[in-house]
Amino acid sequence: MSQVHAPPQGFLRRWIFSTDHKVIGLQYYFLALFSAIIGMVLSAAMRFHLVYPDAKVRLFGWLWPDGAPGGQMTPELYLSLMTMHGTLMVFFVLTAAPQSGFGNYFIPLQISAPDMVFPRLNMLSFWVTFLALVTLLAAFFVPGGAPLGGWTAYPPLSAIGEVAGPGQGLGMDLWILSIALFSIASLMGSINFLTTLADLRAPGLGLFDLPLTCWGWLVTALISLFAFAVLLPAGILLLLDRNIGTSFFVPSNLLVNDRLLDHKGGSPLLFQHLFWFFGHPEVYIAILPGMGVISTVLSTFARKPVFGRMAMIYALLAIGFLGFLVWGHHMFISGMSPYSSIAFSLITLAVGVPSAIKTFNWIGTLWGGQLRFTTAMLFALGFVSLFVSGGITGIFLGQPAIDLYMHDTYFVVGHFHLIMGVAAVFALFAATFYWFPKMFGRMLSEPLGKAHFYITFLGVYAIFVPMHLAGIVGNPRRYPDFKEFEFLASLMPMHKFITHAAFTTAAAQLIFLFNLFYSMRRGVPAPQNPWEASTREWN
Amino acid sequence: MILAVLVWLLSIAIVVAFAIRRWWFPPPASAVGAEFDSYFGITAILTGVIFLSAQVALGWVIVRYRDKGGAAVQSHGNDRLEWIWTTAAAILFIGLGLITAGLWAKVHIEPAPANAMRVEVLAKQFAWSFRYAGPDGRFGRTSIRMVNDANGNPFGLDDTDPAGRDDIVTSTLRVPVNVPVQLTLQSRDVIHNFFVRELRMKQDAVPGMRIPLPFLANRTGEFEIACSELCGLGHHQMRSKLTVITAEAFADWQKQMLEQLRQQQ
Repeated sequence: MSQVHAPPQGFLRRWIFSTDHKVIGLQYYFLALFSAIIGMVLSAAMRFHLVYPDAKVRLFGWLWPDGAPGGQMTPELYLSLMTMHGTLMVFFVLTAAPQSGFGNYFIPLQISAPDMVFPRLNMLSFWVTFLALVTLLAAFFVPGGAPLGGWTAYPPLSAIGEVAGPGQGLGMDLWILSIALFSIASLMGSINFLTTLADLRAPGLGLFDLPLTCWGWLVTALISLFAFAVLLPAGILLLLDRNIGTSFFVPSNLLVNDRLLDHKGGSPLLFQHLFWFFGHPEVYIAILPGMGVISTVLSTFARKPVFGRMAMIYALLAIGFLGFLVWGHHMFISGMSPYSSIAFSLITLAVGVPSAIKTFNWIGTLWGGQLRFTTAMLFALGFVSLFVSGGITGIFLGQPAIDLYMHDTYFVVGHFHLIMGVAAVFALFAATFYWFPKMFGRMLSEPLGKAHFYITFLGVYAIFVPMHLAGIVGNPRRYPDFKEFEFLASLMPMHKFITHAAFTTAAAQLIFLFNLFYSMRRGVPAPQNPWEASTREWN
Repeated sequence: MILAVLVWLLSIAIVVAFAIRRWWFPPPASAVGAEFDSYFGITAILTGVIFLSAQVALGWVIVRYRDKGGAAVQSHGNDRLEWIWTTAAAILFIGLGLITAGLWAKVHIEPAPANAMRVEVLAKQFAWSFRYAGPDGRFGRTSIRMVNDANGNPFGLDDTDPAGRDDIVTSTLRVPVNVPVQLTLQSRDVIHNFFVRELRMKQDAVPGMRIPLPFLANRTGEFEIACSELCGLGHHQMRSKLTVITAEAFADWQKQMLEQLRQQQ
């Protein structure tokens, strides 16, 4: 195995088609960073349009000549930006970076393995992910533009082609193809992760001795394996419905735009079941690796071992398992059996239990410690705060009796952005600040990091808490503007506030980008173990 | 230290923003709506207490255990504590779900009373249509091939069926106050969602399915109907109106509509 780590020859082998887990981890990290920048720019454009729906913006007209004629954004362009924002963030940021990025880099180092067990499969899974990203972004440039059905792509809207709107033609096909490729890459990745963690642990390193970071990646790999294995066929069936005239998801006698379609006997709800069987565990794919990182960072900077280590492992396993039994809570008002809603509801509320265990144990880890407030620690503490704030509203949405008003309002948008979006991103920031010295041999700037942290922490609360209130007023999500409804007019000042907070927070991310790229070359050289941490990668 | 203060201030601001009810539900227009409000209130108080205690505790450990140069207390955990908080969380969360399941059953499982007024709701990109059975109490036969939006026949009423002659088709929903109503939701193209805030009621309309939705409005007024499931580029404009009027006004309106129908035929 010694030759695995011998430096490969030539730029192409070393940095592009590399089989080295560290390089592949970095490739995933930068792919996610690129996707996050695009996704954030899209959300800025959306937030701007929501509060200035009649503004003509030359930049929009230049970027999307068809979607924004004369700079005036059309509803279909808004919806396509929203679809692409969600897809980029959920798949190419929140799935790619925490698991494939940091997992690839640090699993072998933390278990003293020479590399991942299948280095070539590892390289292949990155390049398939890359292809998936290119395929997705290509949807912007084809006739009709990007799809407008949201990241959930419910049929029939997603299944019947251009008759359902521009972007539902070739753009939608590319979207499905991209998701199918991404699923294949994730399946390869999870097999690699599981086998590595099973077979390549250092002698004497038992499964239950693994650091909690490895447990996060392990449970996430299990979830990925089962979840993407269902998303992939769902995507293939949708492609078949669209292109060869099958009717898995499209019922008989649809009259769309005065055209009678000749599909027969499909079920739109079937797609929702398949999608959410993946979609709910996906939330945990985004957050579990972060939970592992947070446990490690909190314990390192509290100068104490993790409180309740075994309880943390059981909680990860419980969340992973229960996560597969709750998909129906996305479908309470979909028309599925109202009896099953009650079962899905009770299991959903039960997921609150291991989540509460994690929170209690994080506070237990801090209790009696000597806290050192590095930027990594600040992001970890911010994560705990956001995890509580974003998680607690799940108790509302998990009850069908409450969801029957809240469903598809901004309450939901606020909820999932806090918990699976921002909390997971805070874990990524914590991981970046914590492991940067290991990855680049230099330190990130702490003053810049802290400025970035405080603005972002306040900013995300200012963006997403008001959304809950808008949801209570009844504000539906996925509306390109709020002009048509009387009850939405009163919310415009709030939406302006949210948009301003979003722009400020987005601008603060420039501090991070500068810090990242500047410190990579010019940062203070890092000592061997700058945080006095105890896990193997530092020793 | 700064972070602790920030966390505390933010938590207080958040609790206040919810508690002042400046951004809140409109007054309910049904008994179910009022019941919803009380369950929402219970959930809000319970989660509010958990939210505040967790954030205050987080702030407190940040202040109390900041690095003062001493040694950290080494502890690996406490099994008794784990059992206590696991059990407490399970009882609280699942108990809450059991309490409010009754309201869900009332809306979606209990059948509508036999005397409920039946109205068919048809959703299409991007408009709503409603159909009343008329004096004979029977809906006429429909066929997708007869659909003609321009001629005011979105349901595709078959004019050879006498039962359909007195079917009233409208683009807004009008119902009498304090009378049980049974809606049947259907869609002609993609998935839509029927949402009336004042009734605390939201239900998808799915093509290929007929989904019942009973309600009883207990005050008169005009309420907006908003599509709440992404249905395409006109989703945000898919608006209609629910008008709840007195039984007498409803009878007058129905008479008027039937008169119009007779003149057309």
